[in-house]
Amino acid sequence: MNSISKYFSDLFRGISSLWAGMRVTGKYFISPGQIVTQQYPENRATLKMEPRFKGEIIMPHDENNQHACTGCGICEINCPNGSIEIITDRVPNVDGKPERVIDKHIFHLSMCTFCGLCVKTCPSDALAFGQEFEHAVFDRHKLTKVLNQPGSSLKKEAKK
Amino acid sequence: MSEEIIKDVIVRESEDYIINMGPQHPSTHGVLRFEVCLKGETVKYLIPHIGYIHRGIEKMCEADTYQQIIHLTDRMDYLSAHINNEAVCMVVEEAMQVEVPERVKYIRTILDELNRIASHQLWWCAFGMDLGALTAFFYGLRDREHILDIFEESFGSRLLHSFNTPGGLMHDVHPNFQKRTKEFITYFRKKLPEYDQLLTGNIIFQERVKGVGYMSREKAIAYGVTGPSGRGSNLACDIRKIAPYGAYDKVQFDEILMTEGDTFARYQVRMGEMLESMKIIEQLVDNIPEGDFTAKMKPIIKLPAGEYFKRVETARGELAVYVVSDGNKTPYRMKFRSPNFSNLFVMNELAAGGKIADLVAISGSLDLVIPDIDR
Repeated sequence: MNSISKYFSDLFRGISSLWAGMRVTGKYFISPGQIVTQQYPENRATLKMEPRFKGEIIMPHDENNQHACTGCGICEINCPNGSIEIITDRVPNVDGKPERVIDKHIFHLSMCTFCGLCVKTCPSDALAFGQEFEHAVFDRHKLTKVLNQPGSSLKKEAKK
Repeated sequence: MSEEIIKDVIVRESEDYIINMGPQHPSTHGVLRFEVCLKGETVKYLIPHIGYIHRGIEKMCEADTYQQIIHLTDRMDYLSAHINNEAVCMVVEEAMQVEVPERVKYIRTILDELNRIASHQLWWCAFGMDLGALTAFFYGLRDREHILDIFEESFGSRLLHSFNTPGGLMHDVHPNFQKRTKEFITYFRKKLPEYDQLLTGNIIFQERVKGVGYMSREKAIAYGVTGPSGRGSNLACDIRKIAPYGAYDKVQFDEILMTEGDTFARYQVRMGEMLESMKIIEQLVDNIPEGDFTAKMKPIIKLPAGEYFKRVETARGELAVYVVSDGNKTPYRMKFRSPNFSNLFVMNELAAGGKIADLVAISGSLDLVIPDIDR
């Protein structure tokens, strides 16, 4: 007798606990206003990342195609993974003295862990984080990027 | 005493039926292999095989400066990345005798607790899914998304945010941080009861976890089990209470302790900790003092020669960092005592004698993160 009553009490307890869970899912089923899913590839046009989002490392250039990088190499020293390489050149400046300018600021996206040390330690704020996050490519060599645009030069006010 | 508690030698016999669970099993949450010896459906013994994701982080630390080490600690226990960062930062700050500003302590503590909630939410999702409740997975991730959005707004990354730096923070938190954190707390206070309705009270779930994987308090001490897994066996091991760091000495919160020691007790500890974490955040978020977000540090940090040790409470237990410095800008030796490594090896004790289906429930309740075991 005891086992029969236990059987039925277990059965009803089970049904009531299932009902409690089904009530939660049912509540969301009939209230589509609470749907939080983003339809990602379709909403690409309206998708905005946060301004601080660490998507990739970029070197901002102004309208005269000038950047602020002096080629000091602090970002290269601070990078824990060796994902930054700087190739510098020496060209004579207005006084005729040879001066260091960057030839290529190479950024290996494939090695970067986005620790943010290069952007933080840059003394002339030449580097920044970009919001681009769709980095998938078919050839990994495309992940090696030259950050300074061709023909760009150093901003005058960045010189000390 | 400990010889009786710890079975350190397992003798394999030739007629044992051995089945490998992993390294690519979905419920091991990573590349971990259990060598399970079965007798019918009963587990006779179990040997964990680790090392599939060993990256040599401790060795890599010896070549990096103290600022560079931070981003490696993210990749140990990736679900409590912020807490791991803080452990290394605190060691360096203690060695350099730098007093970090109060603002940094408050923000770090709030972020620790947000990180703990996010980690427990993911554990809850995955634990439900391991036991066959797929709905739980979506509900947990839905709420975790709110925390990750707060993280993304302030630090720019969602999971591996190297936001701490020796002496303070990389940059100040976003102006919206306080508002969004408070919004999240009010939101999650409403949503947490749904977790209980969906999974905790479910009869199928309760039948699978109650009385399964019993761990006594002695066993927890002998194996060094810490965190919510240890507290499920009535072991008061919360570093936030024993040795308060950050702003934990300024807040009131309870250490959740359960005496049952089974899988359901470990489950309830984590569910209770989410509530406690919300309590801590509520006490701190309105009182963040103004000030600098970092103390003055030299660009090249050279720790004075000597040994330094600090421990923190991550979402999975006690993480201890031990640094030996010879006065250079890189450490001479860096050792991490990771909580998951100790928590893993109690598995044999919990699972032996039980059914193989319970193995998934037990390993889920220990909340293992494999990259933290292998480092």
